[in-house]
Amino acid sequence: MYEFLKNLDRRWIFLLILLAVAIPILGEWQFPEKPSPMVQSVFDAIENLPAGSDIWMAYDYDPGSQGELHPMALAFTRQCAFKRHKMYFMTLWPQGPPMIQKNIELLIKEFPDLEYGVDYVNLGYRPGYEGPIKLAVIDLRKTIAADVDGKSLDDLPMTRDFKNIQEVDLIVNVSAGYPGTKEWVLYASTSYNIPTVAGCTGVQAPYLYPYVPQQLDGLLGAIKGAAEYEFLLLEAYPSLRENPKAQEALRRMGPQLLAHLVLIGLIVAGNVIYFVGRSRGDV
Amino acid sequence: MQSLIVAHGVADFRSEISDLRLLISDLRSQISALWLGLVVGLVLCGSDHLAVAQEPPRSVVDVTATDHPNDVGTTIDVSWTLSPDDDLNIESPVVSAYHVLRKQDGDVDFVKIGEVPSQTETFTDQGVQRKRAYRYQVVTVGPGGESTPVETNETVTPIMEWFRTDRGWLAVIVLVICGAVVAFIAIAKSGRELYIRKIPGLEAVDEAVGRATEMGRACLFVPGIQDINDIQTVAGITVLSRVASLTAEYGARLEVPTARSLVMTTARETVEASYLAEGRPDAYREDDIYYLTDEQFGYVAAVTGTMTREKPAACFYMGAFFAESLILAETGNAVGAIQVAGTAQPSQLPFFVAACDYTLIGEEFFAASAYLSGEPVQLGSLRGQDVGKLLVAALLLIGCGAATWVEVNSSPTAVSVMTYLQNNVLGSGGFLP
Amino acid sequence: MKRTVPMVIAAVTGFVLIVSYFIPLTEEWGSIAMQWFNVLAAIAFVLGGSNLMRMNLQKISDRRPGWGYAAVTLIAFLVTLCVGLLKVGVQPTESFPTNAWAAPYNQEGSFLWWLYEYMYKPLQATMFALLAFFIASAAFRAFRAKNPESIALLATAFIVLMGRTYVGGLMRDVLPASLEWLSFDSMTNYIMSVFNLAGMRAITIGIALGVASTSLKVLLGVDRSYLGAGDE
Repeated sequence: MYEFLKNLDRRWIFLLILLAVAIPILGEWQFPEKPSPMVQSVFDAIENLPAGSDIWMAYDYDPGSQGELHPMALAFTRQCAFKRHKMYFMTLWPQGPPMIQKNIELLIKEFPDLEYGVDYVNLGYRPGYEGPIKLAVIDLRKTIAADVDGKSLDDLPMTRDFKNIQEVDLIVNVSAGYPGTKEWVLYASTSYNIPTVAGCTGVQAPYLYPYVPQQLDGLLGAIKGAAEYEFLLLEAYPSLRENPKAQEALRRMGPQLLAHLVLIGLIVAGNVIYFVGRSRGDV
Repeated sequence: MQSLIVAHGVADFRSEISDLRLLISDLRSQISALWLGLVVGLVLCGSDHLAVAQEPPRSVVDVTATDHPNDVGTTIDVSWTLSPDDDLNIESPVVSAYHVLRKQDGDVDFVKIGEVPSQTETFTDQGVQRKRAYRYQVVTVGPGGESTPVETNETVTPIMEWFRTDRGWLAVIVLVICGAVVAFIAIAKSGRELYIRKIPGLEAVDEAVGRATEMGRACLFVPGIQDINDIQTVAGITVLSRVASLTAEYGARLEVPTARSLVMTTARETVEASYLAEGRPDAYREDDIYYLTDEQFGYVAAVTGTMTREKPAACFYMGAFFAESLILAETGNAVGAIQVAGTAQPSQLPFFVAACDYTLIGEEFFAASAYLSGEPVQLGSLRGQDVGKLLVAALLLIGCGAATWVEVNSSPTAVSVMTYLQNNVLGSGGFLP
Repeated sequence: MKRTVPMVIAAVTGFVLIVSYFIPLTEEWGSIAMQWFNVLAAIAFVLGGSNLMRMNLQKISDRRPGWGYAAVTLIAFLVTLCVGLLKVGVQPTESFPTNAWAAPYNQEGSFLWWLYEYMYKPLQATMFALLAFFIASAAFRAFRAKNPESIALLATAFIVLMGRTYVGGLMRDVLPASLEWLSFDSMTNYIMSVFNLAGMRAITIGIALGVASTSLKVLLGVDRSYLGAGDE
């Protein structure tokens, strides 16, 4: 056994992880969540704004991180729609537009009374890393003159008089890396005192925690943060209970539980091998 | 083109300093929860709940307009006290929005320039011209119609400020840190010896290239996945020049796949220069430094594919990395390569530390160019950096001390020191308290 | 000349960008530099594309080992480029009912959309998902209780791994209110907001100073390694 574990082929570990993720997905495991104060503060930041506030939805992620970030992005969009906030969607990632498009499709399907150009607008992708933030925060039209379909901002009711990002009441950023939350914090939120909340991947969360609460009003860390957020949203808007798509993150907590337990098991096994090896003089 | 982009990247360092300031500010604020507990109360006059929905809402009170500070003179801030009917406790809302109207000197009528939702007390007008006088009106709007407009008492003329006083202290901090770097570079130039501690990760570079040469296999250098405007990529290229010198000297093969075309051209220039300096221009192979794709995971797939097929003996990961760090390092580990990583991406450091033989952590990575070149001018910049660290430490100590002092004994002096530090030195309050 | 001109451009642009942060009058100059950067960043795509073509064509014509992969890369590159540029499969929209060219290139149902939705997206997600497998193998191999520091690391890893799951919060229901802090999720929050925060700030402060100093060296022309070889 010791010899088998000592020279364990990595593919056995991969198989274990596969099972740990697949079983809860197929078994549709779902657990209730207990929202942490951090998640609550993100929720309150959007919930406590007066209806019709301007929200800048900066969705900087791509299909690679879709599994981890898309549920929270959809949750943000749903909450803003319930609150009748005005949403300005934009991305700094070249693969980001289809992610925004999915949010737009959600609005069309679940909130048919909201009107494009009046309640929400899709400003699409802008190249240049953090460059567009620096420009749009001073003069939006220097970097974006038209929406994603090429319609002039002067022809859309909600952007006609909109000068720059300083006018918004809140920035909501969902980010998978660079350019992302740090850039929004540096060049928009703190430079011009714009309240900001963010959601990020699990790997980035420890790095972004120092920005809470001064620069960020709150931060959602990966799928766990998203699950707690969805839980709060379901409590506040019970009509969502009928909508399985509004519980995507909650459903993903099953695989997370089992995968974490497997990881702990692997660490323990690794240490047992280490100590047995040491006692035998192998190490 | 490269230089302009590098300049854009490096100029961002003042944002880093600004970031630094904010981090210090945060740290203290956590210690002193008192300072975070400031609650701004909304001025609500909830006395009258009997407003009839069909009647127009009552007007706002005290409309004031002031020139927006620290700008080029193109912005005016308008503020008012909410209409007594703008009350969240009333079931059917009487106020839906506020309209802001403006009149320029010489004009006859007021023109609507903006609209804000109820419960809003401010409006920023960014469409004004310098040295022209303006007057404003605010109208409360609701289902019952519009209130009578309320006008500002005086005209306001926007002016341009020559210096952003709100960023005054930041300018001082930038000057002190940059001044220290420049001063120590000058001292180093004058011939004084400067000490620098050993960095094991950089010593390991020689060992890794040596091993690759002995085994007759290639060295793989990954300069991160960001463009040349990222200062980490610049630092990575500096380490590349050292690795290239060693491969030129030992006669080992060096392969550099890049995720950005500008990084490819820069890497080619750098490696060629190192081979020239070592007197081995014939051994330089331009095609070994190539561009793959900007796409993060496409790049990872190609690099790990190369690793599995060619089994390099040494892998160097020097630059900005994201989710791909562990995929690269674990693949390198599986092919048995000796691995040295360097990044200032805090979120990826744990992965490199776990999977690589040596890791240059954050500032060690930036110190690499000075360490490897051994030039006194470069070492001077490191000493200047230490002055920055001392400044940060001093600010932290003063801040923490003052916060604790306020907690223990809230004397007016302690409070004013604390406030000044918080709002002026680390905030945007300017020089004057 | 080859090194002096780029160095001067880097220094001047860099200092303009710094000054524009402090002097309102020059804010516009900073914006102009930024617009230039955006234009140049877009042009760089062409540079990369042409190099990719050349390298892969060379591999195929020399029949180097693995030239089949080069062929796949080239075909994928050209097909994506063509269907995107020519808007293959794009249908006219309401605004321009007679002209399909006026419709967006990534319209749902277009060929590019199909490529994106059914090839690019699953491939990307697969690569990202690989991380889970590699984290597991790295955890098995690297997390060893070799010394007191690594024991502390192991204990922290255990608490955070548990705290990030449903089980983490379960203990809160069992424990009395005074001992609630012992639940995994409370301890995770504490570790993240105190120990992790302090460590991250220290590292970030060090990095920020490193960035400042390195940037200054580039602006002052002390560090010229990025400029490569050439006359002074």
